Amino acid sequence: MIRVVLPAHLRTLARVNGEVSVEVSGEPTLLSVLNALETQYPMLRGTIRDQVTHERRPFVRFFACEEDYSHEPAETQLPSAVVAGKEPFLIVGAMSGG
Amino acid sequence: MSGVRVLVGTRKGAFILTSDGKREKWDISGPHFAGWEMYHLKGSSVDPNRIYASQSTGWFGQLIQRSNDGGKTWEPVGNKFEYDGVPGTHQWYDGTPHPWKFARVWHLEPSLTDPDTVYAGVEDAALFRSTDGAQTWQELPGLREHGSGPRWNPGAGGLCLHTIILDPKQPDRIVIAISAAGTFRSDDAGKTWRPINNGLRSEGIPNPTAEVGHCVHHVAMHRSRPNSLFMQKHWDVMRSDNVGDSWQEVSGDLPTDFGFAIDVHAHEPETIYVVPIKSDSEHFVPEGKLRVFRSRTGGNEWEPLTKGLPQRDCYVNVLRDAMSVDSLDSCGVYFGTSGGQVYASADAGNSWNAIVRDLPAVLSVEVQTLA
Repeated sequence: MIRVVLPAHLRTLARVNGEVSVEVSGEPTLLSVLNALETQYPMLRGTIRDQVTHERRPFVRFFACEEDYSHEPAETQLPSAVVAGKEPFLIVGAMSGG
Repeated sequence: MSGVRVLVGTRKGAFILTSDGKREKWDISGPHFAGWEMYHLKGSSVDPNRIYASQSTGWFGQLIQRSNDGGKTWEPVGNKFEYDGVPGTHQWYDGTPHPWKFARVWHLEPSLTDPDTVYAGVEDAALFRSTDGAQTWQELPGLREHGSGPRWNPGAGGLCLHTIILDPKQPDRIVIAISAAGTFRSDDAGKTWRPINNGLRSEGIPNPTAEVGHCVHHVAMHRSRPNSLFMQKHWDVMRSDNVGDSWQEVSGDLPTDFGFAIDVHAHEPETIYVVPIKSDSEHFVPEGKLRVFRSRTGGNEWEPLTKGLPQRDCYVNVLRDAMSVDSLDSCGVYFGTSGGQVYASADAGNSWNAIVRDLPAVLSVEVQTLA
């Protein structure tokens, strides 16, 4: 299970508190985790990445183990600590807006 | 007991204001979807408990919410707005071609006959329709592809389709408006479209009487007389009595004919309301006075309505979708301001009261008259 931390607005939208966990078959990658997250919480479709282009929304960032994965290719594998469930995968709403 | 429900969209959430038919005491619920921009909420006239809402932010994009119980509870529904085919380009601010890209939903218009059918006007300008209660959306591409699309250019707020009018007498007729392209009409349920901007004059564009390119801010229609349309253009208040085939200016004696909102009295098709705004560079009411202007003659002759509205030191704006009317015997008129006030008149504009004063900036106001 991959632990995922969502930004506050998306926790409200998904009607969850705290972290969520998603099951990913095969090697967990950015793409497979996002796919699993959207399958489990379909109301999140379109909020993290564009539904048509699958581009990450500009004000959303991905972090894991203190590394920024926001600009990594979709097939990038997540670090072993995240795969083992020791660390969460962080989806962060960028601090911006004045 | 009759009543009204006022659906208010703001920069930071939605609010629902309810009252009985006297419209003196109000209950206020919200914020719904706190922190999100709520461009528009509108209820179905067939099933008033069915309400659709457009929810968005720059962070997390566009969502559509649906309520089946009058706004007590909500569920997120379909938010995939995919242009039909290869969308091509429109003009950018500098005149260069710019790829069409979906940004947000400005306006939701429920069908007059089916609560599961709803139209969405979006930025970049296009018209979408859902027939399954907003679970899925399909573009009506004949509008964007009718020929003038590559010449459309955005207004300051973006290339937005902000007005959708469904004709209650001719179900296949739809009128829409786009900033800054103009007004368009379909007589075949959205399959084919044509510009209806003859008579508009816009000094700020290369050809002031061009077929398209006009910054139409809002259009209103009276249900009993759908051939008559009233328009608040960027500058100029206009009317048409042939469903937009031709327009005449009716700004008359308004102190300024710039503005955004326009609406029609529920029972008097020649009584119309506007809120003049000083100018396109000063988006606030003139002279520090918040005045609704009413014409009982379908335009040209206007009277200021000021009782209960601030008449000094007021510098708010009233946006295009932020005025609405109820259909109680004594027509109620409502509008919201950039300062977060929602004003209501239970006597067709003769006097006003603030239902609420300190909401976030108001983007839209829609009223439901409840049996």
